[in-house]
Amino acid sequence: MNKRILIVFLIITSSLGMLSLDQFEDIFKITKKDVKLIYPTYFPKPSYSFSSNKLSPDKFVLGRKLFYDEILSKDNTVSCATCHERIAAFAHIDHKLSHGIYAKIGTRNVPPIQNLIWRTSFMWDGGVNHIEIQPLSPIENPIEMDEKMSNVLLKLKNDPIYVSLFKKAYKDSEITSERVFKSLTQFMGLMISSNSRYDKFIQQKDTLSKMEMNGLTLYRAKCASCHTEPLFTNNGFANNGLKVDPSLNDEGRYNITKNEKDKYAFTIPSLRNIEMTYPYMHDGRFKKIMDVLNFYSEGQNHNATVDQRVTSIGKLSVQEKKELNTFLLTLTDKTFLYDRRFIDPDYVFSR
Amino acid sequence: MGSLLILIGFPFMVFSQNVNLRFQNKVGDLPLIIDSVNYKNELNQDFTISKFKFYISNVSFKNTNGTTTVPSTSFLIDQEDSLSLSTNSISIPSGIYSSIEFILGVDSLHNVSGAQPGALDVVNAMFWTWNSGYIFMKLEGNSSFSNSPGHFFEYHIGGFKEPYNAIRKIKLTFDQPVEISKHKLTDILINVNVLEILQHPNSIDFSKNSSIVEPFQSNIVSDNYEDIFSIINIK
Ligand code: HEC
Ligand code: HEC
Repeated sequence: MNKRILIVFLIITSSLGMLSLDQFEDIFKITKKDVKLIYPTYFPKPSYSFSSNKLSPDKFVLGRKLFYDEILSKDNTVSCATCHERIAAFAHIDHKLSHGIYAKIGTRNVPPIQNLIWRTSFMWDGGVNHIEIQPLSPIENPIEMDEKMSNVLLKLKNDPIYVSLFKKAYKDSEITSERVFKSLTQFMGLMISSNSRYDKFIQQKDTLSKMEMNGLTLYRAKCASCHTEPLFTNNGFANNGLKVDPSLNDEGRYNITKNEKDKYAFTIPSLRNIEMTYPYMHDGRFKKIMDVLNFYSEGQNHNATVDQRVTSIGKLSVQEKKELNTFLLTLTDKTFLYDRRFIDPDYVFSR
Repeated sequence: MGSLLILIGFPFMVFSQNVNLRFQNKVGDLPLIIDSVNYKNELNQDFTISKFKFYISNVSFKNTNGTTTVPSTSFLIDQEDSLSLSTNSISIPSGIYSSIEFILGVDSLHNVSGAQPGALDVVNAMFWTWNSGYIFMKLEGNSSFSNSPGHFFEYHIGGFKEPYNAIRKIKLTFDQPVEISKHKLTDILINVNVLEILQHPNSIDFSKNSSIVEPFQSNIVSDNYEDIFSIINIK
């Protein structure tokens, strides 16, 4: 049975009194098996290995609770999941720019959270250099959660549930920023997407249609130098030829390096689960995958730093666009999107 | 009983931590007192100081046989936290030492190592959240010459990537070789002259530079702060 159907089934049966709450709770139980780091053999070695942050069910559960808890924001209204929605591979469905605390609108589109342990930098400009300190940025950003880390720790220390969760996870109940970050990292780091139809095709467990195959061939010729398989990013930065939006004038990577050749370069995003993570680009300017393909084919803006790998893509025919689009849809990974480990049990129980 | 043991044991006792670096922050000849004393920079511009904190890391001691490096630690020296002005917790083998070296800042490895405890904990507010890396030094205050709101000035200096590398190696040579023993606590008192942050080679003008808060702006200050330290005495 598909996991989503299973959960719907469980909700119905339990509401009819056919399933006890205990049994219901069981499906959210995190066991040792659930926190094993598993990825396909054709994936490279991760850059973050959990070696100084040993995976454990209790730390993962603590990270999950933190991720879904508004306590991390100043007025207790915004959680990580407010912007990072599970069903969109933890991007923000249908929001061009992020919406944060006090209904403030950010300057960038919320990226998905997936396969982070293979990344070497984070954010659209690569400004964050380590997965563990990534959460500090939204917590202390005045237009996202607007909180001080020291105050987050105070709030957690005053909450008996957290005191016991930290004790369970770390053997003593000391609550430190290092522990908060490492727990969040266990939860986010295990968000691994590796079971799309593309993956099954690579593992020879599934076949692709003729249309999808043509798309893959085109993709390998025109896109894979940046959105490189199997993670669908090479972890680099590029100016892919978007026209600069003067209302944002986001100079991207240049803000971090102050190197002229990085002007308007952005993180090359992974295209896994691209079907679910719309809208697209750092400012969410495109709604549909087809809009993106039209842009690469006939909408490129060639300013000084545009990457020659995009200018050489050339015009795509209607047929080629269809093939590329069809192929990109094979990157949707239902196993990941409906993975019960990433569901917030408190949310389910409070309904 | 316990105190008796200590009394008897004392002459043979080995200090597990036998060196203490003590920092005395001054502005020229005047003591640094937060938010009260009016100082002058070399351009004769008045200023007060509301915050002064900085990191030193990778402390090592040179003796005739070579160098002893203190296992990688950073210390955060914060004028507003009197306990932080003494490092304590440094342990080196007995020997005759001639100099001490450390870096002002945090080495590049620890700038890319994720969540860390102690001095490098991000709750110390010495970390740039949107452009990862430690702020090596914060100097904040007011000057009537500053054009910022409230005549505020703030210098957040850091950056570990060329060409914006604000890490500076400091070497302080002792007047004469000093015996440091495992059986005694050696106290090294170091003067920190804040004025030198604002001058030599770059004269910091509060009316032009009231806000320096990103790595790429840091060089003008980090090129100054190499010579802020001097040894007052060793006991
Ligand atoms: C107000 C909306 C919002 C909230 C709340 C929020 N984020 Fe984000 N998140 C974003 C945006 C927008 C970006 C991209 C920012 C940028 O590139 O400048 C982002 C980026 C990220 C990234 C990097 C992804 C990548 O591909 O580089 C991670 C990981 C992440 N957030 C995790 C978290 C965690 C953990 C929390 C809770 C502590 C959180 N976020 C809270 C909006 C939000
Ligand atoms: C030079 C490297 C490069 C090449 C080649 C390239 N891209 Fe991109 N792509 C990028 C960058 C960089 C971005 C993000 C740009 C931004 O938001 O400013 C991006 C964004 C995207 C996005 C939006 C992803 C998201 O999550 O918002 C899609 C979809 C996409 N590219 C598809 C393709 C396809 C299909 C091709 C081949 C026809 C291709 N790209 C070729 C660099 C490249």
